[in-house]
Amino acid sequence: MNIGEMSYNILSLGVPFSVALLVAALGENFNQRAGIFNLGCEGIMSMGAFLGFLPAFFLKNGPLAPHANLIGFALAIVSGVLLGLLFALVTVTFRASQGIAGIGLQMFGWGIAGTLSRHFVGGVTGVEGVPAWPIPGLSKIPFLGGVLFNHNPAVYLAFLMVPASWYLLFRTPWGLKVRAVGTHPRAADTMGINVNRVRYQSLMLGGAMAGFAGAYLSLCQAKMFADDIVSGRGFIAVALVYFGRWNPVGILGGALLFSLAQTLQLSIQVGGIKFPYEFAVMLPYILVILVLAFARKARMRGPAKLGVPYNREQRV
Amino acid sequence: MNSVKFFYRSGVILIAALAAALMGAMVLLAIGASPTATYVTIFTGPFADKFGITEVLVRAVPLILVGLGIAISFRSGILNIGAEGQIMVGILASTAVALAFPGSPKVVLLPLMLMAGALGGAIWGGIAGFLKAKLGVNEILSTVMLNYIAAQFYTFLLRGPMIDPNELETGSGTPQSMRLPKAAWLDRIVPETRLHAGLILAVALAVCVYILLWRTTWGYRLRAAGAEEKAARYAGVHVERSLLTAMLLAGAFAGLAGAVEVAGVHHRAIEAISSGYGFSGIVVALFGGLHPAGIVPAAAFFGVLLVGADMTQRSAGVPANMILVLQGVVILAIVSAKMYINNAYALERFARLFRRKEAARTGGAS
Repeated sequence: MNIGEMSYNILSLGVPFSVALLVAALGENFNQRAGIFNLGCEGIMSMGAFLGFLPAFFLKNGPLAPHANLIGFALAIVSGVLLGLLFALVTVTFRASQGIAGIGLQMFGWGIAGTLSRHFVGGVTGVEGVPAWPIPGLSKIPFLGGVLFNHNPAVYLAFLMVPASWYLLFRTPWGLKVRAVGTHPRAADTMGINVNRVRYQSLMLGGAMAGFAGAYLSLCQAKMFADDIVSGRGFIAVALVYFGRWNPVGILGGALLFSLAQTLQLSIQVGGIKFPYEFAVMLPYILVILVLAFARKARMRGPAKLGVPYNREQRV
Repeated sequence: MNSVKFFYRSGVILIAALAAALMGAMVLLAIGASPTATYVTIFTGPFADKFGITEVLVRAVPLILVGLGIAISFRSGILNIGAEGQIMVGILASTAVALAFPGSPKVVLLPLMLMAGALGGAIWGGIAGFLKAKLGVNEILSTVMLNYIAAQFYTFLLRGPMIDPNELETGSGTPQSMRLPKAAWLDRIVPETRLHAGLILAVALAVCVYILLWRTTWGYRLRAAGAEEKAARYAGVHVERSLLTAMLLAGAFAGLAGAVEVAGVHHRAIEAISSGYGFSGIVVALFGGLHPAGIVPAAAFFGVLLVGADMTQRSAGVPANMILVLQGVVILAIVSAKMYINNAYALERFARLFRRKEAARTGGAS
């Protein structure tokens, strides 16, 4: 295998691999910008992965079969919004400790997805998934066409979410409110912004995106559902937000870096250089720790009130 | 006022428990299982015979140990989610030591093995502590990542270097280590059951943790750093050092839990030995109010839950993942209720309501 062919393989695989991380991290970015540290992302993704998969599994031969994937994505997004609401209730209304509550939400979502799948699906079953949707014309460009324009529609949508998130966060009144309640909630409150409402909204949006990311995993990437399909991607997404310095463009870079590292490792193994499979699986997790250790200065520029519940009634 | 406070607090706890039970019931209804029947089986099933009761205590042992470690770290202001990984490293270290010195007498081998487990866990926890103290790495993320890394390392060793040679000879290839020498076994304290001396060790350590954290200056420093970092720093507490100490201790307890599980129950390292004790331990510690006196009964309670959930899986076909759902809602309920339990304002409002009723009643009588 020559270098050109290898890099083509790595890039054309790495781009779709990055989507789940990218979308979940973009959603988490809204949460963190609003001051909420949502570790439940992992649980929401599990739930989204299961609910995204379910219609495709049940409606295999029914009249609704052509729309099964769309229904799946819709269900995943709805469940994400609901879990986001639950998390908002716990962390915004009840002002609970966000780190621990996030672990609770992760167990909850992961547990439900596992319980329901054991009951309704049983073993691991594959689905047809979302087919590729080459963009006419553009996909014929040599090299770049295959890397960028020969994927399923969810990939294009995910990459459109990057400028959309950026615009929403930095160029709209709502985005300004989100950043305000994450930086100085009391000042925002004084200016008449309903802090809790904005935090609820951003948690629902983040949940919806995490749900979408989960459905992408089961419908587009793995084309099946297993309990551990998310296997830490939700937590990696949280870390990517730090890595991307709370900016959608930085997050895109981080997500691509991660997925490329993973596909690189895959192709090294295919290329014949053998090292134990387990070490290959470890790689992204080690990478997260390294990234966090060396990107620590980014912490300074994070939302000032990240992780701090806002209490209107408290004296300052 | 005190009785009002008592009513108020028990009311909050009751509502939180009901909310948790309701959310669990919704999931049970979704899979067509009867919530009442399931809950009844979970909470009464384990008490049907001697085996069930001892089995509850067998599960409680690692939960107490992990819970104590979690309590130390949470009290010191570091949210350690990495107990699961620390348990696995503890299992590997203790098994390796026990297998390395097969001929040694019990008085030497058993303590050595348990210490090796604690040391392994301490190192694994210490990594996250070091990263937090020196580089400001978010400990939740680093411990979660270390869990995944430990899990891979665990299967790698059990499938490769540490696999029982017998498994390779017979070709069955079950990923498990060799059986430990008898000198490395913890004694069974109730004959014909799996209940082992680890229970005594766990309860004794609970007392030690209480003394350490609440009766020594050193423990006071740890708790001060956790309660209010800035104030502690101002008062001269070396916060970074106490974070690292707390993580080393938390890891040691989790690693010890792994070693005790090997020495007491399985007598070899097998796959899925921990089966989520690291995460249940977090729930136990929170449920026990991050205090040893609460953690021991909380561990027994979750022992019932774990054994009961196993039973419902067998009798009613409720998937074992249901236990994760229950633990998740319990965490959410506890952290939500916490704000109300210590909320003087809400208590005052409740007390006023109470007094008004009292006034209305006495007013009507006169």
